[in-house]
Amino acid sequence: MVPCQMYAAGLFAQPSGAPWIVSASEPKPLASTIVRDDEAALVSAAKGGDTTAFEELVNRYERKIFRLGMNITQNREDAEDVMQDAFLKSYQNLDRFQGDSRFYTWLVRIAVNEALMKLRKRRPNQVSLDEPLTDADGEDSVFREIEDWGPSPEKKFAQTELNEILNSVISELDPIFRVAFLLRDVEGLSTEDTAQILGISVAAVKSRLLRARLKLRQKLNKYFRRSETQ
Amino acid sequence: MNCKKVIHELTSYLDGVLDSTMRIDLEQHLSGCTDCRLVVDTCRKTIQIFCNSEPVPLPEEVRRRLHTALLERFRRKAKTI
Repeated sequence: MVPCQMYAAGLFAQPSGAPWIVSASEPKPLASTIVRDDEAALVSAAKGGDTTAFEELVNRYERKIFRLGMNITQNREDAEDVMQDAFLKSYQNLDRFQGDSRFYTWLVRIAVNEALMKLRKRRPNQVSLDEPLTDADGEDSVFREIEDWGPSPEKKFAQTELNEILNSVISELDPIFRVAFLLRDVEGLSTEDTAQILGISVAAVKSRLLRARLKLRQKLNKYFRRSETQ
Repeated sequence: MNCKKVIHELTSYLDGVLDSTMRIDLEQHLSGCTDCRLVVDTCRKTIQIFCNSEPVPLPEEVRRRLHTALLERFRRKAKTI
């Protein structure tokens, strides 16, 4: 079970009654719930030439793929290209889809590759999928800025302003950490699926996820710390 | 358990996949370490805030262009069969 689901189910590891625990606001519908039992049937029908079945798959996932493209590329035109290319390529290569993963996972893998290619084209010398050699903002610096955020720090901002803050901090993340965080924590994929999509080990996903979460926490600190809210 | 180990296990702890012995050790450390408590708490809130953030809307014209491109692809494929 992944974090967004755990918030919804109230299963996030937290000792009951501890004063530092926030009560979660009402969570939105969860990413994983979109995968219905008939996905395999739709894929099978689409493979057999039923275009309405493929359109149903598109209708089901277009918003998520567009959001993923936006979050990775941070650019609307690129996100549109990513979404269109992902669906057209998945249609073109449907015969090659063996069904050993969910169709959605396969689709996300295509979209992530397209999005990363866009990033590399835009910044050829800056976007690398190799692990950075230094960890100036990683685990070693975690205790530099430790401040209480209060119970619901996001509520001090209007929705539009909050969206801008979140977009801004996530766009500053190194792409390899950003993608791991987006797939795992925002799209709600499992660690195993994330590893499969990125072609890396489960341990590497966990490592990237840890660093992404710590880095985002650090970046959000200046907006959410209690001293800023009083 | 020390502070460094807490950070090392943070992702597994937040995801609820830490084994029970380790979890108890970690929570025991949290009960006496304000710094680690705040790191865990703010990290959890970070994920929560992103989870609850507004989804990016799909503009209607973008959606229309996607479906037009798909229809074109369907037609082309039908011609080759």
